[in-house]
Amino acid sequence: MGKFIRIKKGFNINLAGKAAPKVSSLEHADTFAIKPTDFNGMYLPKVLVKEGDTVKAGTPIYHDKRHSNVVHVAPISGEVVEVKRGEKRKLLEIRILADKQVEHINFKKYSVSEIANLSADDAQKAMLEAGVWPNIIQRPFGIIADPASKPKAIHISAFDTHPLAPDYSVIFKGQDQYFQTGLDVLKKFTSGSVNVNVHTTSEISSVFSQAQGVELNKFSGPHPAGCVGVQIHHIDPVNKGDVVWTVNPFGVIQIGKLFLNGVHDASRTIALVGSEVKEPQYYKTYTGASIKNLIEGRLTNDHVRIISGNVLTGTSVGKDGYVGCFDNYVTVIPEGDYYEFLGWIAPTAKKVSFHRAFGLLSFLAPNKEHKVDSNTHGEPRAFVQTGVFERVTPMDILPTYLLKSIMAEDIDEMEELGIYEVVEEDLALCEFVDVSKHNVQQIVRQGIELLQNS
Amino acid sequence: MKLIRKQFDSLKPHFEKGGKWEKFYYAYEAFDTFVFSPNTVNEVKGSQIRDAIDLKRLMMTVIIAMVPCLLFGIWNVGHQHFLAIGNPGAAPGDKIWVGLVQVVPIIIVSYAVGLGVEFIFATIRRHPVNEGYLVTGMLIPLVMPPDIPLWQVALATIFAVIIGKEAFGGTGMNVLNVALTARAFLYFAYPSDISGDVWTYLGDATPVAGFSGATPLSIGAASLTTGENVVSSLNQFGAGWADGIFSFSNLFFGAMPGCIGETSVLMCLIGALILIVTGVGSWKIIVSVFAGTYLAGLGMNMIGANEFMLMPAAYHLVIGGLAFGAVFMATDPVTASQTETGKWIYGFMIGVLSVIIRVFNPAYPEGVMLAILLMNVFAPLIDYYVVRANKKRRLQRATV
Repeated sequence: MGKFIRIKKGFNINLAGKAAPKVSSLEHADTFAIKPTDFNGMYLPKVLVKEGDTVKAGTPIYHDKRHSNVVHVAPISGEVVEVKRGEKRKLLEIRILADKQVEHINFKKYSVSEIANLSADDAQKAMLEAGVWPNIIQRPFGIIADPASKPKAIHISAFDTHPLAPDYSVIFKGQDQYFQTGLDVLKKFTSGSVNVNVHTTSEISSVFSQAQGVELNKFSGPHPAGCVGVQIHHIDPVNKGDVVWTVNPFGVIQIGKLFLNGVHDASRTIALVGSEVKEPQYYKTYTGASIKNLIEGRLTNDHVRIISGNVLTGTSVGKDGYVGCFDNYVTVIPEGDYYEFLGWIAPTAKKVSFHRAFGLLSFLAPNKEHKVDSNTHGEPRAFVQTGVFERVTPMDILPTYLLKSIMAEDIDEMEELGIYEVVEEDLALCEFVDVSKHNVQQIVRQGIELLQNS
Repeated sequence: MKLIRKQFDSLKPHFEKGGKWEKFYYAYEAFDTFVFSPNTVNEVKGSQIRDAIDLKRLMMTVIIAMVPCLLFGIWNVGHQHFLAIGNPGAAPGDKIWVGLVQVVPIIIVSYAVGLGVEFIFATIRRHPVNEGYLVTGMLIPLVMPPDIPLWQVALATIFAVIIGKEAFGGTGMNVLNVALTARAFLYFAYPSDISGDVWTYLGDATPVAGFSGATPLSIGAASLTTGENVVSSLNQFGAGWADGIFSFSNLFFGAMPGCIGETSVLMCLIGALILIVTGVGSWKIIVSVFAGTYLAGLGMNMIGANEFMLMPAAYHLVIGGLAFGAVFMATDPVTASQTETGKWIYGFMIGVLSVIIRVFNPAYPEGVMLAILLMNVFAPLIDYYVVRANKKRRLQRATV
């Protein structure tokens, strides 16, 4: 039996442009990209292909020099058209022009009984070879799991509470068998529990509710209840020296497909959402889809910010960008590069605010869907207001003190204040509500990197 | 709007890097962002949207919460003036006029001098002008006697902003409440102008027969030597020229001599309501200051060694500047305790210390100011223990 955990602190940002439960197909004669920048803690990615090479779905594209056995593979088949580098030749993305029909490399297939008898070492070998290993992210640090590590538990958040998050029962519909197989494989790696965490208020997809051999934990309450870090904190917190693994449902399913079908299957359903999308809905495509193909003719105007992921933790990728490999949705909001006359004082019910300070009236209509742009609504300042971060952080952590210790680069203090328990997304709401407009998530990552390199 | 924006846009290049007034960029920026919310957008990675709040709006909310105290204070300065000169029936317009003439210059001096210092520091040290002074600039006049010489206001403001704040690195870094630092400076530097018979503005007029400039606190302190019952002294005070001025209900309402903005508990409570509803001021601090004061008052009653100790505990809540201090000074988020548990302890100790200073230190009967300043100093220590408890919980969890 799993646990029932009620999250009280937090804040749901109610945005306009939720996806209707309708799934369409996308034209696939297009480029896809795989991006080392999707992964934290990447030391030095080494590219294994050249421009002009043809690849199949599952062909190794690059690996990190420090972890040469963890390969990242092509999501589709086609021709490598560009290896894009940025400043100091930093590898940004590798673009592949997709074939009409996806050709897969054939890996070994397993029957259900073979999977049951498979050793962890063999399973790991298969996963590393087929490039599904990078789905496994380890805490602390939020980096790709070290294949040599032994996690004390594995956690899977089976719901997303971020603004405009897609409905998991739509995007993972019919994947029950693969999800279960993925879980069966993952169970081999830990002596502890495998936790599947669901939300109580939404309808739980059978994909998750029927899962066997796992702890099914139920959560209630607002965002960040869906953040796996928050869930771990309540189920079995990460202490210094612990390692736990987190995998998102897509990753579990991809692992399942590898063992049952013998292919690296990157097909997935993503949502195009946000106030600037004409008809927000779901599309079938593959990991690393190009934004251009996705948005063409589907936006209401041109002056927009296109975010791979959600508005709290996502990345603005622009019209020529690609969807990140962990993102199930693309959010499009208005770009907020405008001046506003006396904007800091004018009373308004249109702007979303967690606060109820003078003139901010959005709390009067909690169910109203808001159109929010990317304006910062103010300038960076020193920490002044206190007690706000605590109200959106449902963990026994003092965010302000943690952030200050990171800014002071005091590693002992960071450890004592709980840096092992958080990654960016767990404290993303602090960044949103911050009166002084700190880049909280950047600060968190700086702290983590400081810790890793110490 | 577009016209004004155009003006700013045409000026902007001169202040930016390489422009001829580059040095004054932050001064320019302060004006620009005051008139127009900036057009800055969020970073490529991280939160793509931000809450509509900013420090300016937060500070404005506090100022709005102070408006009832300010308006009442303006009327009250005039009201006390006419009471003291034996003309209590003067038209309300006259009272407000006298009040305006006394109060407005103090506000202007406070803002002009304080913001001047802020701009100079921002320019020299190349940091943005912080909005904190919007509140401090209003708090300072409200804790001044109506008759304070303007040059003293200016001096106190300069001292408070430089020594109290900028020396520590500006808003957000200061240890002591800036407005109280200004007041404490005057109290210790020019005691004759901020204690004794200064609480009523007389001007050139001669006071009415029987007039006394005593305050409830000085009456309380006096009871230590005279041995008279404090409550009956308070009730008898003002006989002949201002009957019942220190009755409990009037102490609560606040039509009595005192600092410009602090006399009315009622107005402070309206301010408290605004701060609490908007979530800008910590209700934990406000409640715990009042609770600490009341409980300490009860404790004094139980000891009962002298008449001041025997004064009913409820009186401690309505005399002096306690309510104003609890609502507007103790809640300053920068100088208060920053942890939620710490806020209870911090507020409670302010209440207790206020009563102790009042009762045991008759040389300076107004205990709230010193109590808050003292607890400002101790707030980091309280937080230190609260944070340590958090660390301990984490450590215990790991070893179990």
